[in-house]
Amino acid sequence: MTLLVVENLSKEFGGIHAVEDLTFSIAPGTIHSIIGPNGAGKTTLFNLITGVYVPSSGSIRFDGEEISGRPTFELAKRGISRSFQNLQIFFNMTALENVMVGRHLHQRRGLLAAMLRFPGSVRADEAARQKASELLAYVGLEQYLGAEADSLPYGALKRLEIARALAAEPKLLLLDEPAAGCNATETQEIDDLIQKVAAGGVTVVLVEHDMRLVMGISDHILVLDYGKKLTEGTAEEVRGNPDVIAAYLGAGAASEAGAASEAGGGTEAH
Amino acid sequence: MLAEFLQFLFSGITVGAIYALVALGFSIIYNASHVINFAQGEFVMIGGMATVFMMAGGLPLPAAMLVAVAIAVCAGLALERFAVGQSRGASVVTLIIITIGASIFLRGLASVVWDRNFHTLPSFSGDEPIRLAGATLTPQSLWVLGVTLVVAVLLFWFFTRTLMGKAMLATAHNRLAAQLVGINTRFVLMLSFGLAAALGAIGGILITPIAPTYFEGGVMLGLKGFSAAIVGGLGHGLGAIVGGLIVGIAEAMGAGYISSAYKDAFAFVLILLVLFFMPSGLFGVRGTERV
Amino acid sequence: MAVTEKDAGTEALKRGARRTALLSPRYAGVGALILVIIVLQFFFTNNFHYDVAIKIGLSAIVCVGLNLLIGYAGQISLGHAGFFGLGAYSSAILTDSYGWPPLASLFAGLVLVGVLSFVLARPILRLKGHYLAMATLGMGIIISIVLNQEVDLTGGPDGMPVPAFSLFGWSPNSEPAWYWLVSGVLVVTVWLSLNLIDSSIGRALRAVHGSEVAAETVGVDTTRYKVLIFVVSALFASLAGSLFAHYTGFLTPVVAEFFTSIQFVIMVVFGGMASVFGSVVGAAVLTALPEFLTVLHDYEHLVFGLLLMLTMIFMSKGLLPSLIILIRRRLP
Ligand SMILES: Nc1ncnc2c1ncn2[C@@H]1O[C@H](COP(=O)(O)OP(=O)(O)OP(=O)(O)O)[C@@H](O)[C@H]1O
Ligand SMILES: [Mg+2]
Repeated sequence: MTLLVVENLSKEFGGIHAVEDLTFSIAPGTIHSIIGPNGAGKTTLFNLITGVYVPSSGSIRFDGEEISGRPTFELAKRGISRSFQNLQIFFNMTALENVMVGRHLHQRRGLLAAMLRFPGSVRADEAARQKASELLAYVGLEQYLGAEADSLPYGALKRLEIARALAAEPKLLLLDEPAAGCNATETQEIDDLIQKVAAGGVTVVLVEHDMRLVMGISDHILVLDYGKKLTEGTAEEVRGNPDVIAAYLGAGAASEAGAASEAGGGTEAH
Repeated sequence: MLAEFLQFLFSGITVGAIYALVALGFSIIYNASHVINFAQGEFVMIGGMATVFMMAGGLPLPAAMLVAVAIAVCAGLALERFAVGQSRGASVVTLIIITIGASIFLRGLASVVWDRNFHTLPSFSGDEPIRLAGATLTPQSLWVLGVTLVVAVLLFWFFTRTLMGKAMLATAHNRLAAQLVGINTRFVLMLSFGLAAALGAIGGILITPIAPTYFEGGVMLGLKGFSAAIVGGLGHGLGAIVGGLIVGIAEAMGAGYISSAYKDAFAFVLILLVLFFMPSGLFGVRGTERV
Repeated sequence: MAVTEKDAGTEALKRGARRTALLSPRYAGVGALILVIIVLQFFFTNNFHYDVAIKIGLSAIVCVGLNLLIGYAGQISLGHAGFFGLGAYSSAILTDSYGWPPLASLFAGLVLVGVLSFVLARPILRLKGHYLAMATLGMGIIISIVLNQEVDLTGGPDGMPVPAFSLFGWSPNSEPAWYWLVSGVLVVTVWLSLNLIDSSIGRALRAVHGSEVAAETVGVDTTRYKVLIFVVSALFASLAGSLFAHYTGFLTPVVAEFFTSIQFVIMVVFGGMASVFGSVVGAAVLTALPEFLTVLHDYEHLVFGLLLMLTMIFMSKGLLPSLIILIRRRLP
């Protein structure tokens, strides 16, 4: 059984093939990473899977159903949620309210009930507040419970996005560079968090440049270059692949990097 | 039949040329600063009114026109220097309100400094109509078309052939990069407001012999110029001119063949249709928003 | 250990929630509004004072609704006077020309405006920023032109009379009666709006403002909520328009003009975006100012425009939020 199947997927932007004829699938319950140099098309792929962009061609099936071209909010209903490489925080709200928005699908949404403050609607709101505060604690942001979102530090905002996405109770969670800009401790915390989320039964797809994180955590890795699949496999298989090293560092540096990766795989590509 | 059609076409093209000048002003400021200047119509009003009062003060028409353009340019520079320029990075809504405030202010100023009456100017070269296939064309219409054409050509030359024009285009494209290569973007902003004001004032001077002006006379011209800019594609030079002509002709044809009472409505119906079915205008490029 | 920690957190959260609830806009704010309405009335010495207060109340109803759209959902409208005008003229035409009861006419106006705003909302709200401004502006101007030109129905620019209002046999036939009626409607409007903002719908609306794409990825159908709030704000405007028509007793198309739309937006922004009470304050200041500055009559535009620019440049958050920030800074 596969959760997500991508077949011959392509996306063009006026001549640029951001994603080209890409085929892969994702099994449920795994941590699946997508890596590749800058501009390889990783974010574009996320945007295609979440309906932010409409594919130029190809198909995406989620839970056995074709979803390509469906609107984003509908895919959220089916169980796909995500975080963003360029933060998309609701800066006009508190941290807690940001996560409460994530509860949207699980709340009553009647206009009259809301305007007249029916007891049921108030109770549901309380429940959402409760759940959201739990999630803030779950991602380690309990100290920001009453804080305005725009007062949070960068690293905390990354985790706020994860909490918000989790609030929607997704089956598939896409994380776009959650550890970018984080120091070693923060990266370790993100690492732990991702494992915790995956252990809770959520399938995670991770885009990340921090190779130590990726290699340590992933059940399966897909390598993209210029929008195409370079290779895929387990961390070991990918690490040893000379094409991957060449794509990251240019062919000339391949041997040098090969040595480095054998020595522990701590290369961080930029 | 044909005569009637030609008559509507002439009047549409004439007023369309004025809309085009206003639309060019919108586009120039939009490109430089991503601000929609809702006071653009007031530059048109200032052009007409100032010329009228300079002439009343004894200046000959050409001198009065020059002074009027200079006054409008000063208003434009002041608007950039003291209002818009003070609010870098403000939200779209805030900027819209600031320029609306400026437009109300300029209207108020005109009503106090000058008056609240309608005024007109003599035609530049007489009122002897020119006959053409049964329709008539006034010499003033020819002035409008001729001057608009010259202005368009000059602008084209300025933006493609001069360093300053290229600097303005560069700033429009990417302000930070422009700064990094040493372009004084502050100056570019001032220049764009001055240029837009001059264009508006020229339009105002040209149209006043045809349509009398008063202190609120810039409002509709401004809004229709804005429509023209959007029909053509906001920030697109040729688009502004084509958009102006389309709005002008649609209005004249609508007023002539459908209902003169609804003359002012046609421009806005057109703009809604364009926005619904072609949201980036005729010449605008449609990109996918990046996330 | 972990359990007790979590319980303690929950308790603190609840206690905090209770404490802030008492200071929340819903209780403290609405209470203060009612108090001001009652106390203010003791200072009214003539009908002119009541008249200004009633006009403030009617503008405030429109602005509170408009702020839901502009301040909370982040979608500008430069055409809401159109909906105000349609509500006003529905009441005027149905009561005057067709002899309908005022309340039925008012509801007919709401239905008309509700349907029209719903139909227009989808294509209009697909647009963003300046394009949205242009589209709503065009919509408002078209409505205003129609009201001016359909002379047989509306009397055109000369205007038309509007019969007195009546509500189940009661008719507000004095200024104070109108004052209480309008104030009552305003308080209800404010209360409904505050409730809405503090609900899942309200959060969805603010999320649309914060980041549309992020809102969508957690399941918010952003188009639906934009349409919803556009219609709600149009209905508020229509309601206020109907009351305005009956109150003044004579209606001209000026109510639906572009400049009237602009005035509503200015009140919202001046008072403070995303602040319900800010809209009330904005409506109050900007309605009262010209009424009391009649000495400045010739300079009215000049002063108004200058004031507007200055507030936007130096207090871009708007009057009430800026004041609140100032007070918070003084009180540690
Ligand atoms: N909305 C867009 N419009 C035009 N081109 C785009 C758009 N989005 C992405 N691209 C282009 O598509 C290509 C892939 O970009 P993408 O952001 O998917 O790369 P990425 O793998 O996420 O890179 P990075 O590691 O830097 O985040 C790039 O060439 C980029 O310029
Ligand atoms: Mg990326």
